[in-house]
Amino acid sequence: MLTKRIIPCLDIKDGRVVKGVNFIDLKDAGDAVENARFYDAEGADELVFLDITASHERRKTTLELARKVAESIFLPFTVGGGISSINDIRGLLAAGCDKVSVNTAAVKRPAFIREASKRFGSQCIVVAIDAKCRVKTRTKQAWEVYIHGGRTPTGIDAIEWAKKAERLGAGEILLTSMDYDGTKEGYDIELTKRISASVTIPVIASGGAGTLDHLYEALTDGKADAVLAASIFHFRRYSVGEAKKYLAKKGVKVRI
Amino acid sequence: MIAVIDYGMGNLRSVEKALQVAGARTKVTSDPKDLKKADKIVFPGVGSFGGAMRELEKLGLVQALKDAIDEGKPFLGLCLGLQLLFEKSEEAPGVKGLGVLKGEVKRFRLKGLKVPHMGWNTIGYQVPRSPGLQARILKGISNDAYMYFVHSYYAKPADKKVILTTTDYGIKFVSGICKDNVYAFQFHPEKSQAVGLRILKNFVKL
Repeated sequence: MLTKRIIPCLDIKDGRVVKGVNFIDLKDAGDAVENARFYDAEGADELVFLDITASHERRKTTLELARKVAESIFLPFTVGGGISSINDIRGLLAAGCDKVSVNTAAVKRPAFIREASKRFGSQCIVVAIDAKCRVKTRTKQAWEVYIHGGRTPTGIDAIEWAKKAERLGAGEILLTSMDYDGTKEGYDIELTKRISASVTIPVIASGGAGTLDHLYEALTDGKADAVLAASIFHFRRYSVGEAKKYLAKKGVKVRI
Repeated sequence: MIAVIDYGMGNLRSVEKALQVAGARTKVTSDPKDLKKADKIVFPGVGSFGGAMRELEKLGLVQALKDAIDEGKPFLGLCLGLQLLFEKSEEAPGVKGLGVLKGEVKRFRLKGLKVPHMGWNTIGYQVPRSPGLQARILKGISNDAYMYFVHSYYAKPADKKVILTTTDYGIKFVSGICKDNVYAFQFHPEKSQAVGLRILKNFVKL
């Protein structure tokens, strides 16, 4: 049986791993290659490596760093941040990345998803969605897509965008709740559940993990196929191994 | 030297790096002449069935690959590299595969299950652990080892005897194949940590 994936996320700035609180305040949490090796040894199922400053400063993700990380681990590995052309993707895949995550460029020009998935295969095109709640009443809840690292609202409905991304050839959705990101109060279960039910491609839940039970909620109630977490792992609050043991004990199928 | 076939569609570095760690001397190549010189061939899969066959044709690699397999060179197909060994695929109607193995490639149609099948899943042996070639590729690999998969299509061999391992995802599908000198896996050993590297090492040592 397919297992649920636990994915540490390495947010990168200037070659170092950082983690933003609500995308703005940054704390230094160590070296990228060291982190990657550490998580590989701990039994992480994949790694995601996001250049969080790349998109809004129009900076390209550093290929060299990606290459170093890819050479130090034998684990599936996604890179995102500022990817806006077929050439960017080709370069990253050649550097040893397995998937790329696209966000702003895909929202601005959705055909980019189709071109990229046609060229490289759906399996390596992850569409990252940063979503923020815009309507919440007793009967209705809706989320809006943000781009440029959470700085620019787009007016686009997150659920509609997820469906469209799938139609265009996305192989996976990396879904970040901007309301919960950095709060350590848990994932946005409602958002995750709604998106996961709207597409047939895997959904990675992201933003808000503070306890192991939060991972459990996202993978069960939230129907996520994988959970992404940064600070709870980076600051060694829990190890990936502990997280998996906890989940296994509660009946979630994980790779141990 | 192990030739790692490059048909211009993506990530070969991780396969090459993993083979090197497993002790091999490698050459990433799209030159049919290199296939003649190589002792072994690794055929990684990236891109789509139709696109890959088109590129292979263009590069003159279709016949070169078939010749190398006929000569009995140990051959390892990975992911799409497994699927391309078959006659055809639902991914590209009308496009002929290499046809080294009889059968076709089908798309997962699974109610309530996500496609692509993406992540870690177990492989189960379908052959007795005899001292033959089949067992050698899986030496040191336990019967329920986790491997990393990412694919939307799976192969359906006409000859059940070529099935080495299967994996469950809504249905039981073929995740490993062995026929004479041809080995192929639907999962990515180069992305499956130590167990995956062990398979590559077994191949290097054949």
